[in-house]
Amino acid sequence: MKACGNAIKYGDNIDTDVIIPARYLNSSDPKELAAHCMEDLDKDFVKRVQKGDMIVGGKNFGCGSSREHAPLAIRESGVSCVIASTFARIFYRNAINIGLAIIECDEAAQKIADGDALEVDFDTGVITNRTRGETYRGEPFPEFIRSIIAAGGLINAIRDHRI
Amino acid sequence: MSMTMSQKILAAHAGIESVEAGQLIDAKLDLVLANDITAPVAIREFLKSGAKTVFDKSMVALVMDHFTPNKDIKAAAQCKLTREFAGQYEIENFFDVGEMGIEHALLPEKGLVTGGDLVIGADSHTCTYGALGAFSTGVGSTDMAAGMARGVCWFKVPAAMKFVLTGAPSRWVSGKDVILHIIGMIGVDGALYKSMEFTGEGLHHLSMDDRFCMANMAVEAGAKNGIFEINSQTRAYMEEHSKRPYVAYSADTDAHYDEIFEIDLSAVRPTVAFPHLPGNTRTIDECGGVRIDQSVIGSCTNGRIEDLRVAAEILAGRKVAKGVRCIVIPATQCIWLEALEKGYLRIFVEAGCAVSTPTCGPCLGGHMGILAQGERAVSTTNRNFVGRMGHTGSEVYLASPAVAAASAVKGFLASPDELHTDSD
Ligand code: SF4
Repeated sequence: MKACGNAIKYGDNIDTDVIIPARYLNSSDPKELAAHCMEDLDKDFVKRVQKGDMIVGGKNFGCGSSREHAPLAIRESGVSCVIASTFARIFYRNAINIGLAIIECDEAAQKIADGDALEVDFDTGVITNRTRGETYRGEPFPEFIRSIIAAGGLINAIRDHRI
Repeated sequence: MSMTMSQKILAAHAGIESVEAGQLIDAKLDLVLANDITAPVAIREFLKSGAKTVFDKSMVALVMDHFTPNKDIKAAAQCKLTREFAGQYEIENFFDVGEMGIEHALLPEKGLVTGGDLVIGADSHTCTYGALGAFSTGVGSTDMAAGMARGVCWFKVPAAMKFVLTGAPSRWVSGKDVILHIIGMIGVDGALYKSMEFTGEGLHHLSMDDRFCMANMAVEAGAKNGIFEINSQTRAYMEEHSKRPYVAYSADTDAHYDEIFEIDLSAVRPTVAFPHLPGNTRTIDECGGVRIDQSVIGSCTNGRIEDLRVAAEILAGRKVAKGVRCIVIPATQCIWLEALEKGYLRIFVEAGCAVSTPTCGPCLGGHMGILAQGERAVSTTNRNFVGRMGHTGSEVYLASPAVAAASAVKGFLASPDELHTDSD
């Protein structure tokens, strides 16, 4: 599986309160959530994001609350993948469980600049930066997690008795 | 093979002799939890899974605490959906307005969590129950839904860091100061993916309420869980509250810890986390009189009876400074009643505080004390991210109940010591 898109770059410790502020958590409708995605950090994100774009963060991406609304808002806004040096653990689980692709790669997080054209191969973990002509090696998922993703998320995996 | 406390609990619930860091396991759950924000998403996923019933009606807890009593129509709809689900699926532990409290204060009080348990909750501060020697951790709504359906959850066994506590804290220093001190030291991702295990003879000087507060904030250092070794105070608490027998696990003497820190409690000063990260800490001596508009005393971190006792001690016979709003939120109905009986509520109202029914309220910028642009709050809550309590141009300073109460009186960040040396 591969994804292509342009980088939208942010810094370290991007928390779930800025990804989707709590004042919008009185709804769980993904479309409504996506309309406010990243609002408290970057008001232009919603206007700017194109289908397939990739968010690139630094350390501890998705820290803070366990709200699944955060990866849901990101997925629904058309983002194909989040690349970061490290992820906060609940965000990491949630992304896998709802089928938002994420990949940990410190080198990519450091070298990719805002707007770079990227390609990610999820099977190998290789990230290609077409703008800079560079490749970075990210961590591919372990087998168990790939089976969840292959089923299209945790709930599908349970329904299909795959886990 | 030698294991940490957390690893022993995971191994026991996975039904295997031993586990090691990094191993993926499926483990049996003792309780799954969600609230009025995360339950609606979990219910939607649960219904999609094709499950006909929850795995155990007595082992699911749904607590309506975040935007309740309903702050608006959408919040009301989310609670209604959850209430109807709880009715239809006969969830035994559904806590609604009037009997609810903030989930992480409520569940231990009701005895629904006990030592040695394995608990997941669709709320990041589920790690609070580590104070009882349980392995408990926050997950998302989909994990919660899967947990409700199957009664098991997948885990990657965490590595661990050990915190050996020594000495006794000085007056006005509480568990909040200790955990803020630790997060300031290791950073907001200092324990990423790991267990934070607390042990040492200093434990005896930390009350259960101190430990709940410290375990609560393990997630603010990125930890998967925070856990305390069970001692006589834990046993006494569990004998009073727990509905089920507990199991006390302690780490093997040769268990591997990535890092070991010794924390001398007597050296910890009242500590404040400046905006916008819980790790951005300074001691009260370095705060430089930052002016505040609001003081919030409450939340799953510091809304327990001992927190209110300390705040009442400081506010008794004093007044909240002109221009400061002080909001006190007892975390559960029981705590509220006890604060009433002990006279704390009268002290708060006479000092000029607003006292609320239990709710998360302003902690997550929900309701009951939202900040305008440019306003500052000192708060006993656990997060001070951009916009957490209101406008993105507002600021939150995290502190103990003692500092929040003293600051309410002074009108700026202050230690209770500053009150005792003058005539406030
Ligand atoms: S009090 Fe605050 S941190 Fe605790 S559960 Fe409620 S919103 Fe979350």
